[in-house]
Amino acid sequence: MSAEWPLWEVFVRSRRGLSHTHAGSLHAPDAQMALRNARDLFTRRSEGVSLWVVPSDEITASSPDEKDPFFAPAADKPYRHPTFYEVPEGVRNL
Amino acid sequence: MTSPAPPAPATLPLGDDALILSHRLGEWAGHAPVLEEEVALANIALDLLGQARALYAGLSDLLGSEDEIAFLREERAFRNCQLTEQPNGDFAHTIVRQLFFSTYQQPLFAQLSPVLPLAAKAVRETAYHRDHAEQWTLRLGDGTEESHTRTQRAADTLWRYTGELFQPVEGLEVDWPGLAEEWHASIGDVFARAGLTVPAGPSEGAWSAGAGRQGLHTEPFGLLLAEMQHLHRSHPGAAW
Amino acid sequence: MTPVTSPPRGRAAGADGPPDGSGPGLEAEDVQAAFDAAVAADERIEPRDWMPDTYRSTLVRQIAQHAHSEIIGMQPEANWITRAPSLRRKAILMAKVQDEAGHGLYLYGAAETLGTSRDELLDKLHAGRQKYSSIFNYPTLTWADVGAIGWLVDGAAITNQVPLCRCSYGPYARAMVRICKEESFHQRQGYELLLALTRGTEAQRAMAQDAVDRWWWPSLMMFGPPDDESSHSAQSMAWKIKRHSNDELRQRFVDICVPQAEALGVTLPDPELRWNEERGHWDFGAIDWQEFREVLKGNGPCNEQRLHRRRTAHENGAWVREAAAAHAAKHTATHATGHTADHAADRTAADRDDRVEPAAAGPAQPNTAPDTAPDTAPDGAGAPSASRSTRSRA
Repeated sequence: MSAEWPLWEVFVRSRRGLSHTHAGSLHAPDAQMALRNARDLFTRRSEGVSLWVVPSDEITASSPDEKDPFFAPAADKPYRHPTFYEVPEGVRNL
Repeated sequence: MTSPAPPAPATLPLGDDALILSHRLGEWAGHAPVLEEEVALANIALDLLGQARALYAGLSDLLGSEDEIAFLREERAFRNCQLTEQPNGDFAHTIVRQLFFSTYQQPLFAQLSPVLPLAAKAVRETAYHRDHAEQWTLRLGDGTEESHTRTQRAADTLWRYTGELFQPVEGLEVDWPGLAEEWHASIGDVFARAGLTVPAGPSEGAWSAGAGRQGLHTEPFGLLLAEMQHLHRSHPGAAW
Repeated sequence: MTPVTSPPRGRAAGADGPPDGSGPGLEAEDVQAAFDAAVAADERIEPRDWMPDTYRSTLVRQIAQHAHSEIIGMQPEANWITRAPSLRRKAILMAKVQDEAGHGLYLYGAAETLGTSRDELLDKLHAGRQKYSSIFNYPTLTWADVGAIGWLVDGAAITNQVPLCRCSYGPYARAMVRICKEESFHQRQGYELLLALTRGTEAQRAMAQDAVDRWWWPSLMMFGPPDDESSHSAQSMAWKIKRHSNDELRQRFVDICVPQAEALGVTLPDPELRWNEERGHWDFGAIDWQEFREVLKGNGPCNEQRLHRRRTAHENGAWVREAAAAHAAKHTATHATGHTADHAADRTAADRDDRVEPAAAGPAQPNTAPDTAPDTAPDGAGAPSASRSTRSRA
């Protein structure tokens, strides 16, 4: 058996003005074919205007075990959010 | 921009090319070498079928509905080039057939786009078909010894059907010699990059030179039509 | 302090890969509790989360069977692509069979997030060690069968699949959202196809009735064995992989089909079919479970043919896959088409987060609702689930 083609993650920009969003994965022998396969598979109903393909093993992801150390600190900084601040009644456009 | 629309029958060969090649590609369903390719081949087949239907729609006054045109004509009435009716063979055979055809169809439609409303959309589609075939030709030609051998064999086998592509179709305002030149340059370039040899054999034999355009086909075509038409013909006048 | 991580998996440790275990370890009870709480709260379990081994293997088995069903399911319909009686029908059928290949791809992709490669799953299918929906072991003898498959088989599949859009495993649920959205035309085209026949000539009407006669009972079998014989159902329901029982879904399907058959002008081949005022449902006759078991065992009309064709396609394609891999190996240095992704600034962390939602995740079909793997093997009778030992083979 030959080695299986590598796995690629596909990101689709569904329309201008939006970020690319993860759509799924596929196999392809190389980047060019991955792009074409992604076009055929994920945009055959005109779902996208731009595609990225990324080798799956080149993505570094945070570990779910690190959920707390990674994401909890952000939760105690409410001053990053506009709702933290009191605005006197009647003041607009702030 | 002022050039008149080509007389209707002139577009019949273009429609037949698209229908018959689409039918052949449809035969791949469930047989492709990898799932991703099932999707790709079907996309091409669907594009071609769409082109055929659009072209037939323009002929309805003369030849009837699209289904009458597709299902009720006899073999000798079909005007597709013989290249499109050639059986699928292996994947290399299908890819080389597609490369030969799309490299022809794309500039042909580009030249016709001022007069054929279909052509602008079709040019974009065929550009993708050509690219798909080119990408695969490069990989198969340069991949393994086996893939190289199979691809070269496909090219050698199909070469004889390529001369016909450039036989002028009456009623179509096309620079045929220019088209042939462009085609040979493009195929030569792809083959060079794929490590393949452009076949040296005749491409304009007595049988193949323009024969399909005149309604003279190869043996496999009769079987294709028998399969494609039998159900429709078994129920005369029925609606589906 | 025993760090607990999910088992090592075949998929590379990148996106949706397994956690690498480098994070702070958690106690076994903690991760189990976190998993249970997430399921209870109707949160999605994502690939890098800890999950019980049995949850993982149940999902791999179910998603694989589902994926196999999509690609084997291409065959009975592809059988008619070259004979479709109108160009319109030809285009519809090609697009539908293409969708099935696409759906197989989405599902194999979902299974791969659990650490089992597509090749492994295909090998198991080809070796007969994993099942696919037994409905596809019935032949398509006439053009009307294409319609019956769309109306009844896809109808049953949708009844099964819509609840799967809320399955507890994120990648499976997202794949199902995409699939249900795309499949919305599948059932409708089948119904429309049959309608054209029942409104057509006498020969066409007879063709339609004959197809419905042959496909009705196998369609009911697609929901799997009766609840009291379905061994894995309870656990799958507790895990929210499955949200309705086999019998519940089957009843829902029958109730939907009866009025549709009437509008179509065909008779469903069940003399015991009658409205039960008390239950508020249609009563229907006994299903021949012996036939179901036989087909499942491999004795259906087309089991051998379907599997043979699949294997042949795979084997005939080996040289193509090898050629592309060989070409890629020679040109590894020359990457991509020259365009790297837009701009560094555009590559936010969120883009790379494995929790991002699929782009096309629109709302699921609002109509029907059931869930569970398509008829799949009767729970338990299925092939051995993908175990970690087989995974390490890769």
